[in-house]
Amino acid sequence: MALTKLDQLYRAVILDHSQHPRRRGVLDKATTQIELKNPTCGDVIQVQLTVEEDKITDVRFDGSGCTISMASASMMTEAILNKSIDDALMLVNEFSEVVQGNKPEHERELGDAMMLSGVSKFPARIKCATLSWKALEKALAQNGTGVDGQLKHD
Amino acid sequence: MTVPYEHLVKDFKILQQQVNDEPLVYLDNAATTQKPEAVLKALEAYYHTSNANVHRGVHTLAERATVQYEGAREKVSRFINAPETAEVLFTRGTTTSLNWVARSLGDLIVEEGDEIVISYMEHHSNIIPWQQLAKAKKATLKYIELTDEGLLDMSDAREKITDKTKILSLTHVSNVLGVVNPIRELTDYVHAKGGVMVVDGAQAVPHMSVDVQALDADFYAFSGHKMLAPTGIGVLYGKRQWLEQMEPLEFGGEMIDFVGLQESTWKELPWKFEAGTPNIAGAIGLGAAIDYLENIGMHEIMSHEQNLVAYLMPKLEEIDGLTLFGPKKASERTGVIAFNIDGVHPHDVATAMDMEGVAVRAGHHCAQPLMDYISQPATARASFYLYNTMADADKFVEALKATKEFFLHGLD
Repeated sequence: MALTKLDQLYRAVILDHSQHPRRRGVLDKATTQIELKNPTCGDVIQVQLTVEEDKITDVRFDGSGCTISMASASMMTEAILNKSIDDALMLVNEFSEVVQGNKPEHERELGDAMMLSGVSKFPARIKCATLSWKALEKALAQNGTGVDGQLKHD
Repeated sequence: MTVPYEHLVKDFKILQQQVNDEPLVYLDNAATTQKPEAVLKALEAYYHTSNANVHRGVHTLAERATVQYEGAREKVSRFINAPETAEVLFTRGTTTSLNWVARSLGDLIVEEGDEIVISYMEHHSNIIPWQQLAKAKKATLKYIELTDEGLLDMSDAREKITDKTKILSLTHVSNVLGVVNPIRELTDYVHAKGGVMVVDGAQAVPHMSVDVQALDADFYAFSGHKMLAPTGIGVLYGKRQWLEQMEPLEFGGEMIDFVGLQESTWKELPWKFEAGTPNIAGAIGLGAAIDYLENIGMHEIMSHEQNLVAYLMPKLEEIDGLTLFGPKKASERTGVIAFNIDGVHPHDVATAMDMEGVAVRAGHHCAQPLMDYISQPATARASFYLYNTMADADKFVEALKATKEFFLHGLD
């Protein structure tokens, strides 16, 4: 059965994150929030952060998308909670290596997100995996104040 | 004539391959179609024997290239039953064709306060050119509503099309819902109000017999690559009465009559719109594709697709948790089937089906307003063509069921 090949992409941990996402929802008082869309597929993701003294003290995501993009967002929130801005940005780069099939230096800090390494064999789906991380990167720009134009300051 | 569709596959080498260790079942024909050997051979023969620039030079190859290029135009003209060949313009594709009409005709007839009417089922290429025109002219862009089954709401059409309507631009066949619109009825309606009818035929011409005179459309646009021809060649048919009045959008070689230092004059139709060296090989490839399609017969192709849909629909309706979009009756639609599996994102569906060798599209299909209208962020879509068989339909259903099982099992 050819669908057994799907196991290398859709591992149990990924399906679990997609079905039971961690830290999905809305923060009462975010210091930075951003919405990013994948125009080729219509996926939308919102990432909210509370950044206090250079540290990410809280994070939530919301939006709609495929198994890969939702699982990746959920994994991302776990990986970056309580990290400094620099460490979080470092993990964004590390994750980008992982989905291209390269071995990262900080495997342990990426946690469950390492399970998305299988996406490297599905090039059309790499963008799904990186959407939330790209959103995070934009939100963390300028010392955590975000990129102008794509931010919503409520 | 009974067409041996199972044997058509031998004309398409690309279909005779394995993808992800499974025989390829190509069901993304609404995006683009595969090219038969006859079309590829026509391109090769042109470059091997006749390549030269057209309409200039007196040498033998220039003459051959010109005869073949203009011969392709005549084939297109006959294929859509245009009143005269000079009303057939070669473009890059449907998008270019519609942009030409929006800009050139729009400039000619649309003024502040006028209305342009389209529908909620349009492809982006039949939305954005009109948005841009409406903004530039301070005109109003109106959308005709759809029924629950995804048909054009004809009573709403009658309300939206008014004396202020300068242009009605509609798709002949929806690239998502597969629905065939009653173009002639709408043409008569907009003509009675004094407006111009523009038709996006990208999903119609490859699948059914289209007669622009029977439709009485003022403009009719379509693409070569969705009907077995190469990419980069398309057609804009327009009635002479409009094309004569319209200004070309591009200027340069090929389209001029006399060039002075401050003023120039244009060639006659159709060349006044075709600035620069055209896609000569593409046009010849389109001619060869038309030969291939006519050899089978457009009515045959349409009934083959309807047979496939009639065979598939009951099997699809049996699958729990599968939502189908568009009309259920095979007689009301083409071989485009948009669907979603409850709880499974269409991208995941497309990846899973790809592992089974089944190529389907997932996304918004360049129809974001339609996705909003049917309250779906995206859908999966299978689109059939003449080389697809009942066995392909079976494989599609089997892959769909396996995909559903995989995700539902995995999520338990």
